[in-house]
Amino acid sequence: MMEFFNQYMIVLIALLVCIIMSIIRVVRGPTAPDRVVGVDTINTIVIVGMVIFGAAYQETIYIDVAIVYAILSFISTLFIAKYLEGGEF
Amino acid sequence: MIFDIIIYVFLVIGVFFNVLAGVGLLRFPDVYTRLHAGTKCTTFGSIFIIGSVVLMGLKDWWFSNDVNGSVLAIHSAFALIAILLTNPVGAHAIARAAHRSGVMPAQAVVDDLKNKPIKKSIKKKKSAKTSLDEKGGEK
Repeated sequence: MMEFFNQYMIVLIALLVCIIMSIIRVVRGPTAPDRVVGVDTINTIVIVGMVIFGAAYQETIYIDVAIVYAILSFISTLFIAKYLEGGEF
Repeated sequence: MIFDIIIYVFLVIGVFFNVLAGVGLLRFPDVYTRLHAGTKCTTFGSIFIIGSVVLMGLKDWWFSNDVNGSVLAIHSAFALIAILLTNPVGAHAIARAAHRSGVMPAQAVVDDLKNKPIKKSIKKKKSAKTSLDEKGGEK
């Protein structure tokens, strides 16, 4: 069994700091597109964190989850942008 | 081993650019500049981080004949392709939606889209629909 704190945990902690900064922007954002930008950044960093987590524990299933999460977050971002634009679905 | 050094250098570069994305999201004054920081820097950082994971899988596969390493490398490459295809399209959609919903750039000197007619097709659709509705109401 691999030890819990290997070198990839440092990378995961740094990505957690990025996610915390994006969450501050999501909470403080003056307008709605600022919050959407923060959520989009959080989505990308979560995908990278899933890939790092799968590499740290030699588990391939986390990376498959990351692929599906990338496509679903892309679709959700497009729908939120369409809603902000004020068009008809 | 030179592969380990390359893997660690890629990890450091990727983490550095992701932290820059977070700092840019906090410090920039505008939606468009925040979008610039939060999308480009995360895309560039994810290229390097997932590239290091792909190199690690290839190293395991090549030097110790581990089949799990090849699966790791190929699936990580597909995740990288998904990020590279979806991230700029989402950023473009957010910027377009922000400009059309009335959020203007804060300190911009030139705004080329300022005097252009916005939502021409949507206006056409809505006017056609309302004229149809009025005709129906008259009847």
